[in-house]
Amino acid sequence: MSIVVEKVSYIYGGGTPYEKKALDQVSLEIHEGEFVGIIGHTGSGKSTLIQHLNGLLHPTSGTVSVNGVDLAEKSTEASAIRHKVGMVFQYPEHQLFEETVAKDIAFGPNNLHCLPDETERRVREAMKFVGLDYDTFAERSPFRLSGGQMRRVAIAGVIALHPDFLILDEPSAGLDPIGRREIFSQIRQWYKTGRFSVILVSHNMDDIARLATRLIVMNCGRAVLDGSPMDIFLHHRDILQQSGVDVPPLTKTLEYLQERGIRVPLAARETEEAAQALYDEWRTRGTC
Amino acid sequence: MLKDITLGQYYPGNSFLHRMDPRAKILCTMIFLIAIFLAETPAAYGLVTLFILFCISLSRLPAMLIWKSIRPLWIILLFTLMIHVLTTPGTVLFSWGWISVSEEGLRNGILMTLRLVYLIAFSSLLTYTTSPIVLTDGIEALLSPFKKMGVPAHELAMMMTIALRFIPTLLEETDRIMKAQESRGADFSSGNLWRRAQNMIPLLVPLFISAFRRADDLATAMESRCYRGGEGRTRMHELVYSWRDSAGFAAVAAVTAVLLLMRWWL
Amino acid sequence: MESLMFDIRHVSHTFEMEEGKEYEALSDISLTVKKGEFMAVIGTNGSGKSTLARHMNALLLPTRGDLLVEGMSVLKEENMWNIRQKVGMVFQNPDNQIVAAVVEEDVAFGPENLGVPPVQIRERVDHALERVGMTAYRKHSPAMLSGGQKQRVAIAGVLAMHPDCIVLDEPTAMLDPAGRKEVMTTVHDLNHQEGMTVILITHFMEEAVTADRIAVIQKGRLVMDGTPREIFRHVSELTDMGLDVPVPADLSYRLGNKGIPVRRDCMTDQELGDALCPLLLKK
Repeated sequence: MSIVVEKVSYIYGGGTPYEKKALDQVSLEIHEGEFVGIIGHTGSGKSTLIQHLNGLLHPTSGTVSVNGVDLAEKSTEASAIRHKVGMVFQYPEHQLFEETVAKDIAFGPNNLHCLPDETERRVREAMKFVGLDYDTFAERSPFRLSGGQMRRVAIAGVIALHPDFLILDEPSAGLDPIGRREIFSQIRQWYKTGRFSVILVSHNMDDIARLATRLIVMNCGRAVLDGSPMDIFLHHRDILQQSGVDVPPLTKTLEYLQERGIRVPLAARETEEAAQALYDEWRTRGTC
Repeated sequence: MLKDITLGQYYPGNSFLHRMDPRAKILCTMIFLIAIFLAETPAAYGLVTLFILFCISLSRLPAMLIWKSIRPLWIILLFTLMIHVLTTPGTVLFSWGWISVSEEGLRNGILMTLRLVYLIAFSSLLTYTTSPIVLTDGIEALLSPFKKMGVPAHELAMMMTIALRFIPTLLEETDRIMKAQESRGADFSSGNLWRRAQNMIPLLVPLFISAFRRADDLATAMESRCYRGGEGRTRMHELVYSWRDSAGFAAVAAVTAVLLLMRWWL
Repeated sequence: MESLMFDIRHVSHTFEMEEGKEYEALSDISLTVKKGEFMAVIGTNGSGKSTLARHMNALLLPTRGDLLVEGMSVLKEENMWNIRQKVGMVFQNPDNQIVAAVVEEDVAFGPENLGVPPVQIRERVDHALERVGMTAYRKHSPAMLSGGQKQRVAIAGVLAMHPDCIVLDEPTAMLDPAGRKEVMTTVHDLNHQEGMTVILITHFMEEAVTADRIAVIQKGRLVMDGTPREIFRHVSELTDMGLDVPVPADLSYRLGNKGIPVRRDCMTDQELGDALCPLLLKK
C-alpha cells in the first residue's frame, strides 16, 4: 500500500491575474508504515500537497494514486479509496456539529454506509483510541467539552473511517505545552499500533525530530529535501534556511556547544539523552 | 470556487465619478433610477442610453466590467422579456399553437428588458466607483437626519462595514469546513433537493457556531478599543462636498427634466 | 506612585456558571507592574491568565479586591474609558479583532472612537502603521495579509490610541514561526525604543525568557514572580505544572542534578557554553 505522487503541479486561480503555482512538479512516494513529517513556511505548498493526498484537490497536471487507483477518476473505486487517507485539519474541533459525541464520530462510518452494529463498534473503538471513555462521553454534547477533548472527538471522527494513512495538519495548534505533549505522545502510540501510516504537518521541529522516520521539506511548491530528519537537520542547514524553517531548539543548542569546542551528541532527540552523554564525557575525564 | 465571489466589487480608480462624494453619488443614482421609468418613447430611451454611455466613459472603467455585472442576470432578463412577449394581447405578429406573439408584447418586452439592463448598469457604476467603506459612510450620512425618528443610522452603517469585512473570512471558513466534512465522506452535490438540504447541516452548524464565536471575540475587541456607539465619534475621512457633486446633480436633474418633458408634453 | 502602571490588589474573580455553580478563575492575586516593564505571564490553558489580562483594561471587573491603572481604580465607572485608552489589548485570533475592510480604516477605529479630530487621526494612523512596518499595506484588505501582518495591524490599531501599555493575550498562538518572530520583534522594539509597558500572555517559553520579568499563574493563583533566571531555575515545578523550560535552562539543570558542578540557571546557549567550557573543553 502506498501513495504515489507523480509530477504533480497545481495552479490556483488559473487564467486570472491572481494565478499562482502552488505545486511545481512534485514527485514522491509514501509507503505503508512510514511516519512522514512535512515542514515548510506558510505558502510553501505543504497544505496544497496534503489536500492532494486524499483527493480534496486534483492536480492541474500529474497524478496522485493510492494503492494504484488514480484519485482524479470519477469511479466508485476512486471515491472509496479516498477514505483510506484520513485528514485531520488544523483546529479540527471546528468541524463538530452533532448533538452527541457518539453521533458526531458516527458521521464518517454512516457516510460509508456501514451497518448500525459496525458503526457502533467503530465509534467505541475510535473513542478508546483517542483516550475518551465511551460511557462517560458518548452521550455528551461535543460543545460542552474542553478544547483538548473536542479535538480528540474530531480526530476520533476521522479514525472511525479506518484510514490506512492519517494526515494531521498542525495537530497541536493552540494547545498549551501539556496539551501538546499529550497529543504527540498519543500520536506516537497510535503509530506504534501499526494501524496506519502517519503524515504530520507541523511547525514544531522538536516534535518532528522526535517522531518522524522521514522528513520532507517544502519550499516554493517543490519538495526540496526528502530524507531522515536528523540527516536533514545536521547536514542541510543552508537549504533549511532558504526554505525559512528552523532546526529543533535542542539541536541548535548542541551545535553551539560544539562550536565552542565541546564534544556533544548532535543527533540527540531528547534533552535527557544529551545530558547523559555530556555527563559520561565529564566522568571519563574525571577518572583519567 | 467560492473565493471567486466578490461582493461590493470596487474597481479602484481616480476618475471624476470615483472622486464624487458618496452622498451625492447615492442620491444621483437614486434619482436617475427613478427617472429611467419615465422613458417611454424611443427618443427618451436614446437619451437615457446616451447619458449612461457618457457616465461609463466618465468613470474610465473598462466596458467589459459593466458587461460582467449584467451577464449573471441573463435568466431574469430573458424571463422578463418572455413574460411580456407572451402575455401582452394586441396585434398578432405570428402564432404557433397556443403561443402567440403580439407587436405590443414584443415592444413592451424589449423596453422593459432594456430598463432592467439600465438599472443594473447604472447601479453597478455606483458600486464600481465607490469603495465599500466610503459607500457605508455615505449611507450613514444620508440616514442621519432620520435618527430622530429612531433610524439607527450609525449602527446600520457599522453592521455593513463589519459584514463586508467578514465576508472573505467566512467564505474561507466555509471552504475549510466543506473540505473537512468531505474528508469524512460528506456529499454536498448529489441527491434531490430535500436530501441536499439535509446534507448541508454538517456545514451550516459549524459555520454558525464559528460566526457566533467570531462575533463574540469582535465585540470584546471593539469594546477594548473604546467603542461605545456613534455618539462622540469622529471619522478619519470626512465627507467633503465639491463642485463635482454639484455638476453631477445638475446633469442628473437636466436629464430627468428632459425625460419629464418628453413624457407629458411631447 | 506615578511610576506604577498596574497595582493589582488582592484581585479575585468568580464566574457564575450554569446551574448556579460558581467558578473562581482568579483568587487573591496581588502584583505590581512598573512603567516601562516587560512582563510575561505564563500558565496552562484555563489557569486564569486571560481572565487576568481582561481585568487590566476593565473588560472584566474584580469580584473582590481592586486594580489600579496609573492610580485609577477600575471599580469607578468614570475611569473606564480612560483606562481602556491607556491600556491597549491585542487578542489571540488575528481575524476576530480587525473591524474594517481596509487596513488604515481599521487602525483609525480606536482614535475615531475617542473623538480625535480627523487631521490628527490621519497623523496617528500613518505613524502607527510606520511603527509596525505596515505602511506599504495601508490600503490592503486584511483578508489578504498573513497572520503575523494581521497581528501587527492590530498592534498599530492599539498604538493609534496612544496607550501607555499594551496587553497581548497569546498574540502568537495561531501564527507560524515567521509570524511569531515578526510580532515579538515589533513588541520588543516598542518596549525598548518607546518605553512602552508590555504585558505578554504566552505559552511559548522562548518568548517568556525575553521578558524582564515573569509571573506564573496556576489555577487562578500567582505561584511565582521573578526574573526569567529566577523562574526557570524551578525546572521540576514548572514541568509538573505542565509548562516547558527553555533548552539551556533544562540542560544545565539536568547536568547539575547528575552532579556536574555547573550553575543550574543558564538562560542562553552562551551562558551554557561558558559554564561547560572549563569542564569539558576538548584537549
